[in-house]
Amino acid sequence: MAYVASTPKEPFRLSMLVYDTRYRSYTIQIVVLLLFLAFLAWLLNNTVENLAAKDKDINFSFLFQRAGYDIDQQLIPYTNDSTHGRALFVGLLNTLIVAFFGCILATLIGVFAGVLRLSHNWVVSRLMTVYVETFRNVPLLLWIILAFVVFSETAPAPRDFRVTEEMAAAGEEPAASKILFDSVAFTNRGASIPRPYLDHSLGSFSVLDVPINLSVVAALALIAVGVWINRRLVVHARSVQEATGVRPTIWWKSLLILFGPIIVFLYALGFHLEYPELRGFNFQGGINVAHSFTALLIALSLYTGAFIAEAVRAGILAISKGQTEAAYALGLRPGRTMRLVVLPQALRVIVPPLISQYLNLTKNTTLGMAISYLDLKGTLGGITLNQTGRELESMLLMMAIYLVLSLIISSGMNVYNTAMKLKER
Amino acid sequence: MTQATFVRKEMLAPQEPPVSERGAIKWARENLFSSPLNSLLTVVGIVVVFMLIKSALPWLLHGVWNASSLPECREIIEARYGEGATGACWAMVRERWHQYLYGFYPQELFWRPTLAFALMFVALAPVLYLGNRTVNTIMAGIVTVLTTLALVGVAMAFPQTIAGADAGFGALLVAVVLLAALTAVAWLAPRKLLIFTLLYPAIGFYLLWGGSIWGPIGTLAGFAILVFVYSLTKGQLGVVVATGAGVVAASVWWLAIQSHVTGALHSIVPIGTTHVDSDEFGGFLLAFVIGVTAIAASLPMGILLALGRRSDMPLIKALSVGFIEFIRGVPLITMLFTASLLLQYFLPPRTNFDLILRVIILVTFFSAAYIAEVIRGGLAALPRGQYEAADALGLDYWQAQRLIIMPQALKISIPGIVSSFIGLFKDTTLVALVGLHDPLQGVTKVVRAAIEWKGIYWEPYIFVGLIFFACCFSMSRYSMYLERKLKRDHR
Repeated sequence: MAYVASTPKEPFRLSMLVYDTRYRSYTIQIVVLLLFLAFLAWLLNNTVENLAAKDKDINFSFLFQRAGYDIDQQLIPYTNDSTHGRALFVGLLNTLIVAFFGCILATLIGVFAGVLRLSHNWVVSRLMTVYVETFRNVPLLLWIILAFVVFSETAPAPRDFRVTEEMAAAGEEPAASKILFDSVAFTNRGASIPRPYLDHSLGSFSVLDVPINLSVVAALALIAVGVWINRRLVVHARSVQEATGVRPTIWWKSLLILFGPIIVFLYALGFHLEYPELRGFNFQGGINVAHSFTALLIALSLYTGAFIAEAVRAGILAISKGQTEAAYALGLRPGRTMRLVVLPQALRVIVPPLISQYLNLTKNTTLGMAISYLDLKGTLGGITLNQTGRELESMLLMMAIYLVLSLIISSGMNVYNTAMKLKER
Repeated sequence: MTQATFVRKEMLAPQEPPVSERGAIKWARENLFSSPLNSLLTVVGIVVVFMLIKSALPWLLHGVWNASSLPECREIIEARYGEGATGACWAMVRERWHQYLYGFYPQELFWRPTLAFALMFVALAPVLYLGNRTVNTIMAGIVTVLTTLALVGVAMAFPQTIAGADAGFGALLVAVVLLAALTAVAWLAPRKLLIFTLLYPAIGFYLLWGGSIWGPIGTLAGFAILVFVYSLTKGQLGVVVATGAGVVAASVWWLAIQSHVTGALHSIVPIGTTHVDSDEFGGFLLAFVIGVTAIAASLPMGILLALGRRSDMPLIKALSVGFIEFIRGVPLITMLFTASLLLQYFLPPRTNFDLILRVIILVTFFSAAYIAEVIRGGLAALPRGQYEAADALGLDYWQAQRLIIMPQALKISIPGIVSSFIGLFKDTTLVALVGLHDPLQGVTKVVRAAIEWKGIYWEPYIFVGLIFFACCFSMSRYSMYLERKLKRDHR
């Protein structure tokens, strides 16, 4: 009996493009491609027509023109004579600095709240539940605006800090005083914090008008070298432990290597803090941190912290109880069980949502717009856009920058995920 | 052999456990003071709670409801509780609640959004509770009673509603009769209530915006054409092509024919109500219009995008991935500004449609991309066996998706989907940044700018925050209920 392995060859007919599943997917894709191209052409055509009607063109040269507006918070030198391009960078740095500190603060708050929410302590776990539910269920914008309004309406005016001669003679206290060991002045115009100074600075040079302080570079290099040597030390200690079974005591060496050089370095250069002083109508000296920054930072970290707390809780709950029990059976103490058994496994569950929260936080910095924090959205997508009337260019450039930021963060996540993936066989 | 000298014959009565091992003391020992660290945490926690209550409670208790301005509030509080006492000025809420709820909607028409809001729950009931007759009826009944009360309340707060004529009273009567009829339908023919759900978008739209009645009817006719063409051609052409044909036919109707037909019909039979402009929308009315529409539209779109992302066809996959990753990479604000600034470049010259509609479309895109990712997770979590079993049964792609894959994948993704919805609802506040009057920024700014409420800051934010909290919290509780209800593993 002959067995025919293949189906008889059918001649190709045009109707098979629709009815035959082998060809239908090609038909669908070609139709979709044509529709998509037509849609793109339609958009482009509309854009060209609209631009022609408004007598505009697509031109990014406005980035090199004088900006003419001031930005309160600037990490690189900027005046209103600088270009729109530089304003863009100042804004981008403002976005990044809020995002950076926000991520750190939110992680601290989130891990703290997430772990405490799982605690057996009834009061603390309820308190954390209230925190998480309150912040998760109310819009972020409300927290940002509320923080800003409360800071600027309740903080005392600089004149409340003044001690006049009559008051000093009468032994009266001023209406307000600086907090944190008389170092930080929290007024309705912003917070003045101490500024670090060096007596013998190593000097600085500038790249593209961005001054780079050699002392800071040297300090960072010292810290990096310290961390690297410390890591070698830990690796060495572990190999000794594995060879002999006795772990050498290294904690004081670690401390010395990590903190010794930097302290000596700072002392040698004459490190001191310049405290804000009330002069005239406002505080002079120190660094003035605007309330828009503080409010945005606090609201973002508390809000994102609530989501991170949930991620941490879910991650810890995802590790089966058997793991903990097995660790106890091996004789590990609860602290070590957490550190050596539960957390390494929980991290695998926690980190992906954690990174996506970082992404959200970075994108949410744009809400600073509501309290006039001049981030990328405020400079490029706000004042620059309004002054130059270049909506299309500004918006496209801004979207591209946010896309690149997001891609960098999420590619970081992918690297971590591959490194932490369960390695089976 | 030794003899036992004493053997107890009868059992001793069980003793009470020691004091430290029962009742409140045991509970406190276990839950509050089990270790030094825990004791410390408890003390710190109690101190924190005490400080919060100490600073907030008097302020809340001293609240004043009857006043016409903030200084008057403060005077009343100082007169009542002594010099330096602080208290909440809830009089602001009492005075301005209608702006928070309805924005600048004409006062004599407040019954329309109220009715639309009430009908929304009736329309949602068959979807939310999966056709459970008792629950649906109870829900419709409660909505009927509450709406009647709300409409009477609105009518009393703004006498012009009833005063002018029987128009307001007529509206009340119509609303009550309509709701009672729907309650009866929910009890007698629970399945039929779904028809009302399908019609609700048109009804809600008409109630909110008003105008000629032929507009919504024309749009509905477009959907009827879509369904008609689809069912006519599905037999020969398959699901995808038939859907395409239906969409093309409906689009031709909507874009080219509808306005002429409805215009002609309106000139012959001019039925309609007062038209309300989108500018007048505001407050929670706006948040709900944007939120509910975008939620309803983004779920199907998200499902399609998720399927596209897992498709075997490289082009479809590439388009879906591109769309999803682009949207997820940019902040929502940039999408809103695209709606307000850039769409005028991308659309044909001289098209100018409503800002609210543009915002709804872009918010829908935004939310659909996130929902697509959640559903993709659900699809990935299904064992391959489910797909293969569907193939083995001879189901085609859409049948397999509809009958086997989606019910399971959606069930897995419920928590994620609902948290996307909650995020979307909270994000409706951002529309303030493109100049719409959302409750948080738009309305509160107006209130805080008024001379009599200048300097008020805790009260408006607490009021708005509480309403948002109630909505979002009940959504998340509902998702937990749904998860429990749909749980199929017998453990």
